[in-house]
Amino acid sequence: MPEPLLEVKDLRVHFPTDDGLVKAVDGVSFSIQPGETLGIVGESGSGKSVSSLTVMGLVTRKQADITGEVIFQGQDLLQLPVEEMRTIRGAKISMIFQDPMTSLHPYYRVGDQISEAIREHRDISKKEAFDQAVDMLDKVRISQPKQRARQYPHEFSGGMRQRAMIAMALSLNPDLLIADEPTTALDVTVQAQILDLIDKLKAEFNAAVIIITHDLGVVAEHCDNIEVMYAGKIAEYGRTDDIYYGPHHPYTWGLLNSIPHLGTETERLNPIRGLPPSLINVPPGCSFNPRCPYVFDRCVRDVPELIPEDGHHAAACHLSREDKERILHEEVLANR
Amino acid sequence: MSVEVNERQEPAASPAREPLVRIQGVKKYFPITQGILFQRHIGDVRAVDGVDLEVYPGETVGLVGETGCGKSTLARVIMRLFNPTAGQIWFEGRDISSIKGRELRDLRRDMQMVFQDPYASLNPRKTVGSIIADPFELHKTVAKDKIKGEVQQLMELVGLNPEHYNRYPHEFSGGQRQRIGVARSLALRPKLIVCDEPVSALDVSVQAQILNLLEDLQNEFNLTYLFIAHDLSVVKHVSDRVAVMYLGKIVEIADGADLYREPKHPYTEALLSAVPVADPNMARRKKQIILEGDVPSPIDPPSGCRFHPRCPKSKSLATQGGDSGGVMPMCTEQEPELREMAAKHIAACHYPVEARTIEPDPQT
Repeated sequence: MPEPLLEVKDLRVHFPTDDGLVKAVDGVSFSIQPGETLGIVGESGSGKSVSSLTVMGLVTRKQADITGEVIFQGQDLLQLPVEEMRTIRGAKISMIFQDPMTSLHPYYRVGDQISEAIREHRDISKKEAFDQAVDMLDKVRISQPKQRARQYPHEFSGGMRQRAMIAMALSLNPDLLIADEPTTALDVTVQAQILDLIDKLKAEFNAAVIIITHDLGVVAEHCDNIEVMYAGKIAEYGRTDDIYYGPHHPYTWGLLNSIPHLGTETERLNPIRGLPPSLINVPPGCSFNPRCPYVFDRCVRDVPELIPEDGHHAAACHLSREDKERILHEEVLANR
Repeated sequence: MSVEVNERQEPAASPAREPLVRIQGVKKYFPITQGILFQRHIGDVRAVDGVDLEVYPGETVGLVGETGCGKSTLARVIMRLFNPTAGQIWFEGRDISSIKGRELRDLRRDMQMVFQDPYASLNPRKTVGSIIADPFELHKTVAKDKIKGEVQQLMELVGLNPEHYNRYPHEFSGGQRQRIGVARSLALRPKLIVCDEPVSALDVSVQAQILNLLEDLQNEFNLTYLFIAHDLSVVKHVSDRVAVMYLGKIVEIADGADLYREPKHPYTEALLSAVPVADPNMARRKKQIILEGDVPSPIDPPSGCRFHPRCPKSKSLATQGGDSGGVMPMCTEQEPELREMAAKHIAACHYPVEARTIEPDPQT
């Protein structure tokens, strides 16, 4: 197996608050190969954003207790001094945020914001950087990029702002792009444009991409591997087909059953009962146990480990492999 | 333009049914003015620009379209929260397009709304009990001493613990807050409930709970829903019929399954193909149509068919005809009217789509 581009080992991010310790990320390990697209799915508060913000070095030790390792191209980002992290962030790892309205500065022209990011890392003149920014706007298919670069964010539509964000994120040819809910604020037609653009640029720049989303459709269409997160832990990890056609975790079953599918007639949705737990009082044992229909005594006692069954696909669940297969075929796939 | 879909028959209902809501030629323009003292009228945002629609008792009509297509404005015009610029609205056969005061307030008993954002649509300084009791106090349909009992009954009905009567909205999760909104809308036993993006702010597992709740309540109280959402799979799941809007106009109306299987309007086809499918094999087979550009401004909508600048079908037909880069002349010159293209399936297009977008799943 080739050297992974990024390897996260037993990452824990705990925020001390007045109400108690919020265990936003609690023992997460995964890796991503160059050129791979990894999807991280989960509901609000499952820790998917915090884990990627930590990789970016945007959650600091001042705010939270961070343990574990984040190995990127051979060095542990968590041990790097702030200045060195700054040379990596934006240049080698960059990020697209959910809300393009708030992540662009309203006072500065779009072209200036992109060229500022370039000049932070490259020693070139303002003029050259601006020309590069115009080039990038052209690459993300913004028409009349020269004129557009001189406009302010409010003159852009939502989809165009998101394109501008992508232009900024890719302007330094990063090895890893983290897209945190990149299309949640956009219409489906614009979402399709943006995701298509990310796919094409990924191939062109040969970058690895992490897409964080709550939309199971987005990951099905665009990712090679999927990580399902629940209450700060990875519930299941596998190839996209494993997750959709052979999922082995009751939470993944619940997620897949609770969405209406366009292609098939579903009479009634099967929601997961109850609510996600508070991250201050995570239930003992498996954190999904209060909502799990297949719970038994061991689930309340022991925390299940994420052990790969076939070297790749892994589910953190105490059910035996036979039980999982039986439930999957009798109750989960039969409902589709 | 007048299209009658009166032939529509529900299996469980009598054939000659009166629509609960009927709107004809409804327009809503928001004026744009210039100047401070003497405000000159320089144009209009044509949010809704000539819509005909019928909603029958007990059915769910879904309204889909991109941001700014006028779907929320249309719902608010039907609710008479906005006055229509032109056109007429009938509710149970009565013209309500210009009623005022007492009459309008009485009408509101029969039509209620559930809003998108369960965080913003509940007053944070009032207890849940008094939020749900507000409709009773405004309309005086229940004696004062019976209000608490009614409210607790409503809370139980929507799956909230009645003992939480004295709690404040911030003590509830998003899904529970949306239940409070639903309970409030049910208080006066309305006939029509307009749901404006009721689940888009919620997580998937909670979203399914709310959708099931809405379905149960519909069966129990014979409610009629006008369901607005941008998530097409959710709309298809809940709706009997789906209307697709583009730039202030309805471009297609059909039964949810028909619309999905055989979209007639190129816009509907593109919209459906853009929805990410939670099924990798189907996603690989899917022919995805990427629409170029953004929705044009409703201040100055394109001539003829409003979709023509982005229409892939019209462009490919023009290219076949030798005019590459252009569109069919008919599309720029003449506005297509809604016409029946299949049973209970109407669309406004000069060159409707013939082939399917997505292959049907062999298993189903």
